[in-house]
Order: sequence, then C-alpha cells, then structure tokens
Amino acid sequence: MSCSFIVFLSVFLTGCAFEGSAPSAERINVWHWMSDREETFLELAKRYEDETGIKVNFELYAPSEAYAQKIRAAAQTATLPDIFGVLGEKRDLASFIKAGHVYNLTDEMNQDEKIWKRRLFSKALAVNEFRIGSDFGVEPGIYGVPIDVMNIQMIYNKDLLAKVGWDPSNPPQTWDEFLEANRLLRENGIQGLVSGWADIWIIDCLASNYAFNIMGERKVLDTIRGKVPYTDPDWIKVFDLFRQMRDEKLLASGVVTMVNKTAEQLFANNRAAFAFNGSWCVNVYKGMNPDMDYGVMLPPRASGKYPMMIWGGAGSSFMVNANSERIEKAAAFLKWLTDKEQQVFLAKETNNLPANKHSLEDIPEVLSQFADDMDNTTHPNIWGVEEFPVVKETFKKGIQSIIIGEKTPQQLAIEIQAIKERELMKLYEN
Amino acid sequence: MRTKSTIENYLFVLPAVLIFSIFYIYPFYKVFTLALCQWDGIAQFSFAKSFIGLRNFKELLMQDRVWWQAMTQAGYITLIALTFQNALALALALACDRDIKGANIYRVIFYIPPVLSGVVVGLVWRWIYDGNYGLLNYWLQNIGLSHLITDWLSNPKTALTSVAVIHCWKGFGWGFIIFLAGLQTIPRQLYEAAKVDGANSWQMFKKVTIPLMVPVFILVSILTILGTMQVFVLILSMTGGGPGYHTEVPVTRILASMVGSSRFGYACSQSIIFGAILMAVSFIQIRLSKYMRQA
Repeated sequence: MSCSFIVFLSVFLTGCAFEGSAPSAERINVWHWMSDREETFLELAKRYEDETGIKVNFELYAPSEAYAQKIRAAAQTATLPDIFGVLGEKRDLASFIKAGHVYNLTDEMNQDEKIWKRRLFSKALAVNEFRIGSDFGVEPGIYGVPIDVMNIQMIYNKDLLAKVGWDPSNPPQTWDEFLEANRLLRENGIQGLVSGWADIWIIDCLASNYAFNIMGERKVLDTIRGKVPYTDPDWIKVFDLFRQMRDEKLLASGVVTMVNKTAEQLFANNRAAFAFNGSWCVNVYKGMNPDMDYGVMLPPRASGKYPMMIWGGAGSSFMVNANSERIEKAAAFLKWLTDKEQQVFLAKETNNLPANKHSLEDIPEVLSQFADDMDNTTHPNIWGVEEFPVVKETFKKGIQSIIIGEKTPQQLAIEIQAIKERELMKLYEN
Repeated sequence: MRTKSTIENYLFVLPAVLIFSIFYIYPFYKVFTLALCQWDGIAQFSFAKSFIGLRNFKELLMQDRVWWQAMTQAGYITLIALTFQNALALALALACDRDIKGANIYRVIFYIPPVLSGVVVGLVWRWIYDGNYGLLNYWLQNIGLSHLITDWLSNPKTALTSVAVIHCWKGFGWGFIIFLAGLQTIPRQLYEAAKVDGANSWQMFKKVTIPLMVPVFILVSILTILGTMQVFVLILSMTGGGPGYHTEVPVTRILASMVGSSRFGYACSQSIIFGAILMAVSFIQIRLSKYMRQA
C-alpha cells in the first residue's frame, strides 16, 4: 500500500516538474510570438542543429498580448527561456534590464572589430541600445538583436491614381498635392486614405512623422522633456492636419475604429487609393491580392522646413536571458541567425526586411522601396526620452476625437498640456 | 479519542481551506497590497520600495475623468440590458411557457447567442455594422432607409448604443432561461382559480405572475448588472474602446492601465473601486427588493 503510494507520489511529482528545470546543455529555448514565422524558425532551427549539433527549441505564444503577459509572469517566477523578445515600449525593456533579466550584448557585438554590429542596420540596433545619459537609468549597452527591420510609410495604389488621371510614377509629394489627389479620387467615388486607427499607435506614428516634419526632432523631444508645451503653434499645426483630413473627407469611412487587418483588406481590394502601413504589408497584400500594383512613398510633406521622418527600426528583436546557463550559446545562435544566409532565407520566406544590411539582394521590388528609406527612420525607442503613458493615450485618443469632429486642434492641445502638467507635478512630488 | 476526531475533522477541511486561501484569499490580499504601490509588473516586487500609500486611489477618485466616463458608459449599457434585454427575455419566456408548437425549438434557438464566443459575436457584428461593406447599411439602403446609413461603430452618437444592442442580443438568452424556469414553478392552479374568479390575462399576469416572480426578477437583475458592468470582450472585438473614449468601460480601462501603461498598482486600485461599486449596487438592490416584497 505504502509502496504504491510512494510510486504514485514520485510519478506525480515528476509530472509537476518544470520542463525547463532540467535543461539540456545542448538545447536553447526560444520564446516568440511571431505565428507567421513559425515554420521558417523551425526550418532554421533544424539547419542550426545540423550545423552545430545544438538543438534550438522555438516555442510560439500568440497573440502578442498573451505573449507580453507570459514573459512578465516568467520574469516574476525566474522561468524566462534562454532567448526571448520583449514586446512593448522602451520603458518596458528598461524595466526588464533593471530587473536583471536581459544580458548586455555589447561585448559580443564589438568582438572581432565589431563584425556582428557592423552587419546590422544601425537604426535597428539603436532600438535595443541604451546610450549614456538616457532617461531610463540603464547601464549603457546593446541589449537585443534585431532579426528583421521595418518602417511605416504611405502606400499608394498605382491603378487607382492612374484611373483618376494622376501620374502613378509621380505620387503626391506635398500636403497640398495630397489633398488635390484626394479631391480627384473623391470625384470618382474612390476613398482616399485607409489605415487601422483603432490600433491607436498608428495614429501616434503618423502624427509624430508630421511633428518631425513641421518642428524638427529637437522640438519634438523638448516637448517630451516638458520644455515645449503641446499648446505650441507647431503642435496645433500637426493636429490641424487631422482636421483637414476630416474636412476634406480624405479618410476612409470608419477609420477610427478600424483595425489594421480591415484596412489592409480595403486597400488590397482597391477600395482606397492610399494606405498608411508598415513594411510587413508586402506579405499581407501578397496574400490578399498578389496582382495589385502599388508603390511606397514617404508621407506627403506638410512643411519644407524639416525632413519627413518615418517610424522604423527593428521589427522584431531577441534578447538573451541574463540568468541563462547558456548565454554564450544563445548569443552564438543569434549571431548565426543574423548571418547573411539566414537573413536572406528569412526575408525570402516572410517578406520582411532583413536586419542584416548585406541581405537585401533578392527582396521584392516593393520591399526594396521600403528599404531605400531606412535612412529616414526614427523611433520613440531611440529618442532617449519617453512621454508619460497617460499623455500618450490622451494624444492618440484626442486625434481620434478631432477626426470624429468632437474636438478642435486647439482644444486637444490644451487638454494634452493639462495632463502633461499634472504628470510632471506628480513626478516632482515623488 | 476526541482530540483524534477533531484533528481528523480539521484534516478533512484542510484541503478546501488551502484551496480557498491560495486561490481566493491570497489574490485578494495581493490586489489590495498592489493597489497601495507603484509597480510596473516587471521589476522584482518590493512592498517597501514601491509603497505610495493611497495615491492611486486619490488619482482615480479625483483626477481620472476617463474612468468615470467609462463607469457611466457601462451604466448606460446596463440600463439598456436591465430594461430592453430583460423585457425581451421575459416576453419570450412568457410565450414559451404556454403550450405552443415547437416550444423546445424556440428554447434552443433563444439560448444560442449566450453560448457563442464573445469574440466571434463581436467580429461578426463589427462586419455587419461596418460603414464600408456592412450588411446593416446594405439592408437599410435596399429598404429605402438610406438616410439612416452611418458608420455605426465610428460615429460617437451610435457607437455605444450599437455595442449595447449586441450585448443585449447576446445576453437575453440567460434571462430567458431563468425567467422560464421561474414561470414553470408557479402552480397552474393559481391561474385556474384566478380564471374562475373572472380575471383576464393582464390581471393574472399582474396579480399572480409578477408577485410570484419577484425573487426571479431580483436574481436576473443582479446577474444582469454584474454581467453587464463587466462587459469587455464585445467592446474589445468591436471598437477597442473607441472612437475616442466613447465605448470605454471599466474593464477596458483596467486593461489599459495594466498592459498599456504598465501601472499594475493603479489597475489594482481601479479593480478594488470597481468591485466595491458593484457590491454596493447589488447590496442596495437586495435591500430594495426585500422592501418591495414586504410591501
């Protein structure tokens, strides 16, 4: 009786043991959220095992919201895998680093005359880099490896532009031309711009593109630092662009509650002439309408004073667990993953821009148009300062309110500034 | 002997106490603790380092205008559910309580919406409501009501009501089943006696059905309030809280604090206040209904 109880208890406790509690020295565990890349990752893992004998175990946790929660929970219970990605803002990555979960890869990147670092797009690396004097209180260094890059631009449907008499080889470059093209489209019953603005970060992205164009990087960052108010006339100009889009009926119907997948469907079905979307759309449009003829352009300039900067940089990044027993092996695998051969394979299979700048040879023409503008990219994660979350939310939701005709640009500016001042006050009190 | 028996009794109770403590008491304690702290959910939690007193509650009660807007909007959906949804459920339950042909088929049909996944219902209705190629606008145009065509979910005037209508459509089946069960417990002799006394249908409903259904009404209304105030999945899959803040409800705000802003402490204080409000409403409702029964 007691013997069978002991056997039962042993089996029970063995079953309760964590899979990761008895790790194999020759196995690297990777957690990711990229369901569209699962097959490709598995193939790459197989190739890596064939080459080195080290097994790489990719574990997919989707959707991304669930993944983001999973790694937070794993961080609390010290069960993070050897390699993982941090989804969220730079502030979140900084918290993971400060809590001791992310390994500083600077030494590995700088080995052999910085051979690893040099092969990667600098803008992509910057997203995972903390520099001296940043506001995050993190030891300077590179904490993540980009496996692909992206940027977000204006996409235009060449056939629809041609249909209304606009030369598709010369899409609108300025704001006035953009409005003019929209008038022609509207006269022909074609919607202007479609974008998934229920995902409110995309609104933030477009607004920030225009903020850089109208007032320049320095003033934008000074606003975040609290030195320039949101009631500044330049910010009101930025908000006013959204009012103009509303008044000129430039935006597709229902854009404020439209998710990006729906926006992509509308654009792929020739229901709108312009889309504001990221380089990942090449793969999406290919699946939805492979024959669609479209091009990529920077958002039309609203001012000639400063260059138009678009959001871009690392699309997806992997971090090495600082508490892993296989740090060296994990770093070696990531280095291999960003080698030219693997990056070409990843780009070909997933239609994403490779993080390795020497792997751009065989990518589709449209994707190379995205790649051409990598020099024009910026990203909140490389600014070194970060806006208060509640201010960001008011900013994005407020632009939705302008689009639905509920607020004026001036009202929004006052509202954001009031919340900004409240948050600054709280910061000083702390 | 007696001591042994006491120990044995405690041992039998111990698993239940342990489970209750681990899965109920401890999480409650943790939520209350976190509500007094500023914590991002990533760093190792230290109560001493992150303790900020009642600041989260102060901010929530005195500064967070969006939170109270979300509460009001959830209240609006609840009001619609309490009235239209439950009226529909009661009407259908009364119809099915009679000896009509195919009563069982109707019962199954009416119970389908509640068992469907909220995400699926939300996505299907988002498509129906869509301003570009939605079925609703298509039908309106075909029946000559094109002046009613709008972006149902993007128009701030219609977004919340559109969501509320779907919530009622999805939820009326629960009320229907409970009302039907309640109606079937009323002894038929009471109706027969009332009929003999010359009561018409309305009088029987007013003097027999309603008084005997009061406990069921209370149960359904408490379940409706608790269920509707916590509406979440439909909102997330239909509007994401937009346009602007027009379809935000308390649970979407808690999620925004926790996931969007990494403010776990603030999210916990929101949960506590929200829970307290729901408890208070339920308590008032129970007292009111007791008073009504006595009256």
